[in-house]
Amino acid sequence: MTKLMRLMAVVSGAMAAVMLAGCGERPQVIEYKQGKYQGKPDEPPYAAAPFNGNKDQWERDIRNRTQNQNEYRRIGT
Amino acid sequence: MARMKFLCDAERCIECNGCVTACKQENDVPWGVNRRRVVTINDGVPGERSISVACMHCSDAPCMAVCPVDCFYRSEEGVVLHDKDLCIGCGYCFYACPFGAPQFPQAGAFGVRGKMDKCTFCAGGPEKDNSEAEYRKYGRNRLAEGKLPACAEMCSTKALLGGDGDTIAEIYRQRATSRGKGSEVWGWSTAYGRPEAPKSAPAPAPAAAPGGKS
Repeated sequence: MTKLMRLMAVVSGAMAAVMLAGCGERPQVIEYKQGKYQGKPDEPPYAAAPFNGNKDQWERDIRNRTQNQNEYRRIGT
Repeated sequence: MARMKFLCDAERCIECNGCVTACKQENDVPWGVNRRRVVTINDGVPGERSISVACMHCSDAPCMAVCPVDCFYRSEEGVVLHDKDLCIGCGYCFYACPFGAPQFPQAGAFGVRGKMDKCTFCAGGPEKDNSEAEYRKYGRNRLAEGKLPACAEMCSTKALLGGDGDTIAEIYRQRATSRGKGSEVWGWSTAYGRPEAPKSAPAPAPAAAPGGKS
């Protein structure tokens, strides 16, 4: 009788452990963590010649050059 | 300055592939890799539209999110670039990109993928600007020369606009408002026919002559 009782206690204990294991389930949705760039640093486009670090001049040149794509301004309609 | 962007005007693109050729020539792109391509929708059907597609330099780029070695970075001009010395050619970025921008050269006899290659907005990569190493790995750095991407500058119809996002958006807005809509727009109805005439109303009954017999 005691053997049976012990067996039942072990079985019920094991079942309780298995059922409780379900409560410990972790969420399976991936949490995205932003990676950090691991490569070599790059220099800005205005750093080297011909701009030699003159950011304003570079921006002005790029802006003027962008307007070359605007034929309404280029042709002057 | 805002972010550097591309904008393709589908009303103007004539599928000449000039942008594709300009890109390949300017950056010495290897065989089998196309950093830019022209996609046509409803090819051969009246009203077909073409659009030039490459890396769109996303503000929240999915390629950057999935890269297992974190070899992507965004320059202060908003150009998405990567370090080829770090790339392992896994191809995750290719699956993540909605535009199919990342390309992989065949790097061996058994189809092993080489390091990823993609549009750099003609901004080179993380090597000394305009150096031989930068040209060999990433192509020409036109931004450092004060120029814009070769594809956009070469576009014959100026369908493909490239540059500061605010500026090209303004160019496009002015263009769209100037050309109007409907039959004023250059298109199929202009080239191949006029719009359908409205159905003719029934002819009015002739008026009875004054003094005539009914």
